[in-house]
Amino acid sequence: MGKVGAVAIIGAGIAGIQSALDLADGGFKVYLIDSKTTIGGRMAQLDKTFPTLDCAMCIVSPKLVEASRHPNIDLILYSDVTSVSGTEGNFKLKLLKKARYVEEDKCTGCGICVEKCPSKVPDEYNAGLSKRKAIYLAFPQAVPRVMTIDAAHCLYLTKEKCGVCKKVCAAGAVNYEQKDREIELDVGSIILATGFTPFDPLLLKQYKPTHPDVITSMQFERILSASGPTQGHVLRPSDGKAPKYIGFIQCIGSRNPHIGRSRCSSVCCMQAIKEAIIAREHDPNLDITIFNIDIRAFGKGFEEFYSRAKKEFGIKFITSRPPEVQVDSAGKMFVRYEDLNEGKIKNMPLDLVVLSVGLDPSPETKKLASMLGLDLDEFGNVTSLIDHPLETNAPGIHACGVVQGPKDIPDTVAQGSGAAAKASALLATERGTLIKEKIYPKEKAIPEQPRIGVMVCHCGINIGGVVNVPAVVEYAKTLPNVVHSEEAIYACSKDNQEKIITLIQEKNLNRFVVASCTPRTHEQLFQNTLKDAALNPYLFEFANIREHCSWVHMNEKEKATQKAKDIVRMGVAKSNLLAPLSTSKVPVTQTALVIGGGIAGMTCALDIANNGFPVFLVEKEEKLGGLLRHVTSLEDGRRSSDIITPLIRNVMSHPRIQVFTGTQLAELKGYVGNFEGTLDTKGTKHEIKFGVAVIATGANELVPSGYYNYGARNIITQLNLENALENGFEKPPENVVMIQCAGARVPERPYCSRTCCVEAVKNAIRIKKETKASVYVLYRDMRTYGVWEKLYREASSLGVVFLRYSEEKPPVVKDSTVTVHDLLIGDDIEIEADLIVLSAPMVAPASNVELAKLFKVPMDKNGFFLEAHAKLRPVEFATTGVLLCGTAQAPKLIDEGIAQASGAAAKACVLLSKVEMETDAMIAVVDEKLCIGCGTCVKVCPFNAPQLIEVEVNAEEVVYLAKKSRINPAMCKGCGSCAASCPTGAISPRGFTAPQIKAAVRAFSGIVEVPS
Amino acid sequence: MSESTVPQAKTNGWEPKIVAFCCNWCSYGGADSAGMGRFQQPASTRIIRVMCSGRIDPLHVFNAFLEGADAVLVTGCHIGDCHYVNGNDKTKIKYKYLESVVQQLGIEKERLQLNWISASEGEKFANFIRDVTEQIKKLGPSPLKPEGVV
Ligand code: FES
Repeated sequence: MGKVGAVAIIGAGIAGIQSALDLADGGFKVYLIDSKTTIGGRMAQLDKTFPTLDCAMCIVSPKLVEASRHPNIDLILYSDVTSVSGTEGNFKLKLLKKARYVEEDKCTGCGICVEKCPSKVPDEYNAGLSKRKAIYLAFPQAVPRVMTIDAAHCLYLTKEKCGVCKKVCAAGAVNYEQKDREIELDVGSIILATGFTPFDPLLLKQYKPTHPDVITSMQFERILSASGPTQGHVLRPSDGKAPKYIGFIQCIGSRNPHIGRSRCSSVCCMQAIKEAIIAREHDPNLDITIFNIDIRAFGKGFEEFYSRAKKEFGIKFITSRPPEVQVDSAGKMFVRYEDLNEGKIKNMPLDLVVLSVGLDPSPETKKLASMLGLDLDEFGNVTSLIDHPLETNAPGIHACGVVQGPKDIPDTVAQGSGAAAKASALLATERGTLIKEKIYPKEKAIPEQPRIGVMVCHCGINIGGVVNVPAVVEYAKTLPNVVHSEEAIYACSKDNQEKIITLIQEKNLNRFVVASCTPRTHEQLFQNTLKDAALNPYLFEFANIREHCSWVHMNEKEKATQKAKDIVRMGVAKSNLLAPLSTSKVPVTQTALVIGGGIAGMTCALDIANNGFPVFLVEKEEKLGGLLRHVTSLEDGRRSSDIITPLIRNVMSHPRIQVFTGTQLAELKGYVGNFEGTLDTKGTKHEIKFGVAVIATGANELVPSGYYNYGARNIITQLNLENALENGFEKPPENVVMIQCAGARVPERPYCSRTCCVEAVKNAIRIKKETKASVYVLYRDMRTYGVWEKLYREASSLGVVFLRYSEEKPPVVKDSTVTVHDLLIGDDIEIEADLIVLSAPMVAPASNVELAKLFKVPMDKNGFFLEAHAKLRPVEFATTGVLLCGTAQAPKLIDEGIAQASGAAAKACVLLSKVEMETDAMIAVVDEKLCIGCGTCVKVCPFNAPQLIEVEVNAEEVVYLAKKSRINPAMCKGCGSCAASCPTGAISPRGFTAPQIKAAVRAFSGIVEVPS
Repeated sequence: MSESTVPQAKTNGWEPKIVAFCCNWCSYGGADSAGMGRFQQPASTRIIRVMCSGRIDPLHVFNAFLEGADAVLVTGCHIGDCHYVNGNDKTKIKYKYLESVVQQLGIEKERLQLNWISASEGEKFANFIRDVTEQIKKLGPSPLKPEGVV
């Protein structure tokens, strides 16, 4: 029997959504299943994301809309999987779709039923802090926008009373007779992405979780959110007053073996810091303390965020875990903690306590695991191996996101893409067999006369809290050719996309302007909406009144409103001159180039090749293997050769992978789909052609010269230690001292290198097991995050001594004596060491600079490559067709690098799966009548797009030959440099023509000219 | 001819009006980052987005002055970072020419400024706007400002 070219994804949070989009874009049918009424998962509940403080809803909302609109994705919601049979390639799933008591195809989401419903229920979306109705929409931007009746609380369904929703529903969507329904699906592969559920603090009575002013971090997230129960005002639940003293208690339901939760949840420290910063932004008078065991700020940009919290926002961090929350006789809350500076036990009164609750596996994971025959580890995560983080013990079933172990959003997204690569490799032969092309309605011809629609977005209170949105709406109505203007709470929500389509159709609009956030994130969403409305997408214009206005003039409401009007006027002025643009198709070289033959590069190359596409794998060293060649043991106790040897073998023997060692990319030209490069193998040149490139150039261990006497004979790095542990010490040590953060988290290298704590405890355990030596680890924060907390416990139980030092008083190394000011004891300790091991950070290779130049991709301050978006595009560059993975992006553990590599492979396969791709519509065109053939454009263009050709000119009575410029649409990138240099104004870059820019400039002073 | 609602006060509390040309990939992103980081700045500036600073035609800059801009900012990616290889190098050349013309027209040099701002430099963007606004406030309205435009 053949395989089925469809994949079932169970869990529609950000991991599942990402998998679904990559698979669907790559030519597979996807069933996206969730037991909830909506997609979006936990991310949709967040206010902002760390460390960039992006508005979570703003970045996830376009993904929700994209998933729900995708022709190859079927959303199967409010449904539970009841049975699974079959094997890899051919699974049969049975599901039970619960009755919503609302017909999905009839409900318009108008919300009148919700208004009239008399029954109130605690609102899960606001973590129980407010009430919703028995008929409800999970949250305002919920996708799909269909109501659901909560059968347990509906008066009609429980007592046959009321029935008001049915009466008021003009669409006739309410159906009390609706029954649960069975669904059967045939799929080739299954991806499990069931995420987590926040730990329930009721298990820890000592923290008084039932006290109204003791809330969870999830509840605080909702309080901070503009769409939350207090509209973003920091108010305590008991009396609705603003608190002054807020205390976060970390590790509630994490790092606590007494309640069966010994793992670290990985994200709570950053979540607490983020919430503390946002709270301070809302109310600068707040006094906030975060009680913690260690602050685990280990991800890209996290350490810098943590220092900002301390320095800029005055947030206090106390290393102490209060044992309980107490209430005094006057009813005031306080916590008892240990002040290490003074060596005293103290009380701190608090108005609001936030319990930083950990991530528990979601309840359905266990059920599904037994149904699917999956092993779970001691923490309840789906078991996987370091070298196969996305694969389960059951062939054809993959896992991604928090179900596989606690992790943050970018790691979850990378895994989501990665799982897609694994599933698509399995079903590569079935690519394209079950999909439909998205067919947009035929574009209608537009009349000369512009008819412009304007939508002004409140963005919750992000814009509306500063800019007088109704006034801007009214103002827009006065502008020439604007025939309709209205406001929206969230212009990007799905219902508003439908609204825009209806407006365009009903009011016969032929231009649309949205005044909201930035085109850099949301332009495409609205352009697609125009396409759905049978309008050319380039008849859309953005007016950025959030990033460029409400957010930067928060205390000048009137000026901000005036500026918003100006911005809208300029947008409308330009939109008057917009014209429909069309694209053309160019062939794609369906081959990838992967640069870097370490674990990430090799994994990525294999995944792409297993998806059916040829790969050039280029490594500058003579051998494949990268940094891992210098590591000898893995966190799970295996040898690193156990994973690297088979990987190299698979890469070398793969028929579709061509390996070039001792080789560098010397030259590059072209663009996505059509790159041409020159490889240089010690002087021998190879010309190659490829469609996408992946940068996986890895990182090196810092040579810690200048730190702790490095260079002396008894001082080595962790990598040196790995080698000695494998091949024997010159002289077996008796006293080993490890110094963490040697050259990291310092002003010259402010980042945390993420892996060194895990590396150190791994090696400390090995020393303990293999020798008789004593081991001391001097640390600032032990960042053994996630499941690797178990190594920290193991090391402690084996007698490894952990001593905490502070940034201000680092250890001092003199000959063989290490003096450390131990924070717990509050005194200096001298240790005689015969071996000092420095945990030095990973650093970016200097050669990144060259590669960045070749590909025109950015690097961050620390020399690592900078991804397109810190949260949702972790493996892509802003430049299409160029991807990244592994430690080239930032330091990370092996399994994390592998997951990213698979993620980058998924992105590569999406592009490579098409024989031809569409060119940009926004390219430059030449008006031959005006062109004088001077050739300036040819000289100016870096892409060789314009060429001079000889044409016959027929001017009145004379016919003569003349040179004219022609621009190749496949090579033009639309930068417009040629137009700015053309002496006769013959070149127009579409979308940014001279008249369009001129119109915006004119409108700046108040005049909107209408096209003649 | 103007429909602006800003009161006609050219002395006290007068706010300059500034046009900033920003490239899509860097300085426009920098302005976005300023927003994301909530870096507050005077409400003096109106941004015109182009794909690359190389698109900025000197004519657009003159136009902005003729429409009443008190200052015009030409911004783009840092040299070497242009998304289109070297658009900003070309901007630099055109800018030299612009500077000389602006001088000949007798406009103070502060009214035309060039700055390279990356997509992550939100604070730099905000500081730049604040500094320019301060400088222009001292200079007062542009001599090229047409009658009736504030
Ligand atoms: S893209 Fe920014 S200057 Fe060219």
